[in-house]
Amino acid sequence: MVVNTVAMHMSDGIVNAPTSVVFLVIAAVAIGICAVKARNELDERTVPLAGLVAAFIFAVQMVNFPILPGVSGHLLGGALAAILVGPYTGGLCIAIVLIVQALLFADGGITALGTNITNMSIVGVAAAYATAVALYAIARRRSPNVPVAGLGVIAFIAALIGTVCASMAFVVEYAIGGAGATSLGAVAAYMLGTHALIGIGEGLITAVTVMAVVRARPDLVYLMRRARTEVPA
Amino acid sequence: MKRWSFWIAFAAATLLIAGVVSYFASSSPDGLDSATLQGCEITETADGEQLTGDCIAQHAAEHPLATSPLADYAIGGQDGTGGIAGIIGVVVTVVIAGGAFWLIAHGGRAGETSPSRRAGDDKQT
Repeated sequence: MVVNTVAMHMSDGIVNAPTSVVFLVIAAVAIGICAVKARNELDERTVPLAGLVAAFIFAVQMVNFPILPGVSGHLLGGALAAILVGPYTGGLCIAIVLIVQALLFADGGITALGTNITNMSIVGVAAAYATAVALYAIARRRSPNVPVAGLGVIAFIAALIGTVCASMAFVVEYAIGGAGATSLGAVAAYMLGTHALIGIGEGLITAVTVMAVVRARPDLVYLMRRARTEVPA
Repeated sequence: MKRWSFWIAFAAATLLIAGVVSYFASSSPDGLDSATLQGCEITETADGEQLTGDCIAQHAAEHPLATSPLADYAIGGQDGTGGIAGIIGVVVTVVIAGGAFWLIAHGGRAGETSPSRRAGDDKQT
């Protein structure tokens, strides 16, 4: 068969049809929940930021960086989106990028949209956001004004964890309905190893971007806005 | 920082990454792709690349839109058009995402003129 190695996301057929349908339903429900909850994250100033963040993630995803000889990685964007515009809006940002890529650029399968959205815009965003919130709370306990560099470190770790968790979601999907004879253990080990390295690149890109926005417009950053509206425990 | 400079800088960086930096992207398969290629060898043939062996990628179906005008981030499959395809993608993404988020912020709030506000969010810069 003829292959095409340009694709960045899961193609149709690498998990079976019933599994794909299950994850399409999961993704659709999650997008619906995000659309309802995102209302609380969005206002006049953050709508343009959220639109730009989606476009920025689309752009940066095009830039594959080498991680090993013959293997590359690219940004997933979950941590970046969640920290800048919030977890629900962020999940929608990634889902929109994946839908544009699948429908306009033939990158990532159509029936595989459910699995791709589940991995990157649900699992990746949720894991990264939970990490960022926990680390930011710890940092604020030490000093209420977290320095820009501290936010960079939080963004780096959240992005690394989000990336690895997203890759493990693929392993779960492969375990449920994967095609091919490659053993589950081999897939899991390979995905973990490569995505730990991709996560370092993801972490660096996320940290640099978050720090740039924090320096220019700290009032727009969701992670910091959210903390300001909370009564300290 | 002037009011518009942040937005202009963010948009310019996005267009620069999609339109120029994307030409320097690694063409090696990414972590997921190479996982699906474990067990196979890629051999170049007259028809393109063939997979021999036993791997997950052999089960991948061709994309139903593989012959669409912007498939694989190129204009009509032409080499060297990735930057233009990327800029088109950025514009499409910002329009769809911006439109969706505007609707979410403004939709379903009959009787209210502005989207939800929280304490501390009112200060315009």
